[in-house]
Amino acid sequence: MPEQYSLEYTAVLIITIAGIGMVLAAFFASMILAPRSKSEAKQIPYECGIPPTGQFWAQLHLRYYIFAILFLIFDIEAIFLFPWAIIFRSSGAVIFYEMVLFIAILFFGLVYSWKKGALRWR
Amino acid sequence: MVKTNGDAKLTLKTEEVMVNIGPQHPSTHGVFRMRVTFDGEVVTELEPIFGYLHRGSEKLAEERTYTQVITLTDRLDYLASMSNNLAYVLAAEKLAGIQPPERAMYIRVIMAELMRIASHCMGLGFFINDLGALATPLMYMFREREKILDLFELVCGARITFSYMRIGGVSGDLPEEFMPALVKFINEMPGYIDEYEALLRENEILISRTKDIAILTAEKAINASVTGPMLRASGVPWDLRKSDPYEVYDRFDFDIPVGSTGDTYDRFLVRLEEMRESVLIVKQAMEQIPSGPFRALAPALIHPPVGEAYAHVEAPKGELGFYLVSDNSIAPYRCKIRAPSFINLTVLRDLIIGWKLADLVVIFGSFDINMGEVDR
Amino acid sequence: MDWFYELWPKLGEAFRGWLESALPDSIEGWVIYLVLGLLSMLVIVNLPIVGVMAMIYMERRLLGRFQNRLGPNRVGPFGILQPVADAIKIMTKEDIVPNGVDRIVFNIAPIVMLTPILLMFAVIPYGGDTFLTNLNVGILFIVAITAVDTIAIFMAGWSSNNKYALFGAMRAVAQLVSYEIPLLIAILGVVVITGTMNLNEIVAHQSSLPLILFQPLGFVIFFVAISAELNRSPFDLLEADSEIIAGFHTEYSGMKFGMFQLAEFAALMGYSAVIATLYLSGWEGPGLPGYLWLFVKVFFIFGIFVWTRATLPRLRIDQVMALAWKFLLPLSFLNVAITAVEVVVWENGLPEWLIPVNIVIGAGLVAIMHRGLNFQGQTRQVVPSGPERLAAINRPVGGGTE
Repeated sequence: MPEQYSLEYTAVLIITIAGIGMVLAAFFASMILAPRSKSEAKQIPYECGIPPTGQFWAQLHLRYYIFAILFLIFDIEAIFLFPWAIIFRSSGAVIFYEMVLFIAILFFGLVYSWKKGALRWR
Repeated sequence: MVKTNGDAKLTLKTEEVMVNIGPQHPSTHGVFRMRVTFDGEVVTELEPIFGYLHRGSEKLAEERTYTQVITLTDRLDYLASMSNNLAYVLAAEKLAGIQPPERAMYIRVIMAELMRIASHCMGLGFFINDLGALATPLMYMFREREKILDLFELVCGARITFSYMRIGGVSGDLPEEFMPALVKFINEMPGYIDEYEALLRENEILISRTKDIAILTAEKAINASVTGPMLRASGVPWDLRKSDPYEVYDRFDFDIPVGSTGDTYDRFLVRLEEMRESVLIVKQAMEQIPSGPFRALAPALIHPPVGEAYAHVEAPKGELGFYLVSDNSIAPYRCKIRAPSFINLTVLRDLIIGWKLADLVVIFGSFDINMGEVDR
Repeated sequence: MDWFYELWPKLGEAFRGWLESALPDSIEGWVIYLVLGLLSMLVIVNLPIVGVMAMIYMERRLLGRFQNRLGPNRVGPFGILQPVADAIKIMTKEDIVPNGVDRIVFNIAPIVMLTPILLMFAVIPYGGDTFLTNLNVGILFIVAITAVDTIAIFMAGWSSNNKYALFGAMRAVAQLVSYEIPLLIAILGVVVITGTMNLNEIVAHQSSLPLILFQPLGFVIFFVAISAELNRSPFDLLEADSEIIAGFHTEYSGMKFGMFQLAEFAALMGYSAVIATLYLSGWEGPGLPGYLWLFVKVFFIFGIFVWTRATLPRLRIDQVMALAWKFLLPLSFLNVAITAVEVVVWENGLPEWLIPVNIVIGAGLVAIMHRGLNFQGQTRQVVPSGPERLAAINRPVGGGTE
């Protein structure tokens, strides 16, 4: 089995290389084909035709930290669920009810964060 | 940048960002510029800056004869040139004491109401476009606007800058083929408006994006001298066609649609309903239009007596007024334009602060301003 | 019709025979396999490009029809060569790199964006034995690999030295990350029924009835979540043109912009194929060869995407987030729970009378959850006033501060 896996993922690796190669080739082609003329005005970052003001890499407050944490919790949970979904039929009732409990706890967590107002984008 | 407060609360330091929305922005309807300060996505400060399209229309008017000024008015609100023409010629007639014949007045009313339909089509279309509906309703509304422009092309040959109205009448009588075309259009139009309603009125995303957003109270609207659909959306039944009838508007039977809360959704609905009322007015005008001369006997170069006159009409965007002062020469001594788009912008900052970036665009779209008029 | 079925295998065989006879005997057999392998790689890598051209043409024509106009109709018959002309145009456009960008990140972002999308096409089965690689975690692999795009979008937006791009990038992180979870859990419903993550086996499982009939709710959740993942309307906040110009790729031009565009449409094509594979029995179908059936289904689903794009206005960011967390996520949990119970009760395959029951349950759940989802009631933020605020107001009008 491991040999088969390595064979399958070799294809993935080759496609990755081919994909990067394709993008680079496209860049190269446009490098040859495209005209180039530098000018000061062209290099200004676009801000609706006005010379940009203020700082660029500002620390925007976009209120998604709580979502990021929730995402981590639920994403990991989903990854747990996938192997379970494949084997639960063959491995008895205990596994099934265990996972139902697991989902229920997480669902309760979602309801809790909802009631706490964490899901509101303020 | 994590630091601990006295309350032992963890906070991340964030900054406000100042962004220019405009003048080169897809949804500022021309070259309007807003300098907006954002805290995240929320608008905390807004400063409107305009003047990028300033052409000095008022000053130019002082160098032209009274008839030549009509071409300048075309270029104010270029989506509603007929209404601009009308407001100007009314002021000039008042100044010179010229009475246009009845037929001319009916023709002018028909033109002004058709113009209102076309202008509201554009206003609503771009408003929905700002909501992100990728031009589909806009294209539908362009279709109807095309038909109206075709009608205008029949009477005056132009499609944007008509200069159709003259002091004492209009430049030419209605051509023979105009009336059948108008009848056809007026019979079709209610169906199209129903189509817009079916597409938009109950759309859940549209409602959730506009309902209870940016409420303009009647009191605030009156204090800021907001006029037009924006004022009526706030529940004030103020329409110059009813409250100070000019031309022959007192002979028609029509309603003034008013909103209940003054939110963005009401501003959208009021415009939609006004299109229906305009169709009604045109229908009645078509039935009542008398035959006769289309223009009063007035010289091409008028020398109005020394004095001043102010005339206003209910343009699609609000009260459009022209204030003319004469020194008995062939050109106005002073021409002041009360541009509704410009004055409606007074409430812009108050309405937008506190809402999000996405709302900013939508609220601004619901104002339905035209930069040709704001900057004059 | 037999020749039609046999066309590609026959061509492959013929090419292999030609290669064997043309090459000198001293060359070993593995060279032929290498050449054939590389050729199929080339096909897989180029498939998205050709497909994307067809899709761009189709989208523009369809949008034209929806919007009461013609769409492109000048280049070639019915404007069919328009995408080719666009591709040539984009190749010959100047590539402008503005001042002050983070050059390395700025240049790498298009590559990071496109490569994972191409990987999708290696896993999708195009026919009974037409696939590049047969991973046993196929569907999970696709979701995992395309999640990398979130990083690419953030790289592009952050490195651009542009405020609109920054807004786009920030929205991207919040939105794409949130919709990943309903997406995964909707897929879980399929995995529970089929008992495998291998895409070929999932298709084989649907040889009699497509899974959409047993998973109507899961399909709806998946479709909505994927619309958000692919920034299709009404979730196209990342590049909302009426708000933030072009979002994260505002500063990109020329070929780099083309790469973003290509990646976007290729992802759309790939995920349309995934929807077809998961819910519409993939390449299975009567009469036509498998790959043609798959393409028919892909373009059908793509047509629905275009339809929604032409119809719906855009949601606001807080509504988008609320939809993900308060509507789709609970629904997807319920979907998995119901599916699991059904699978446990009917161990030897689900009976057909469950189909209407499932549809009714799905519609009922959507209706109930919809009541709880209140998009309105967003209140206006209270903005403080004070000396600091006044200082901000009193800056000089016009021009920059530099």
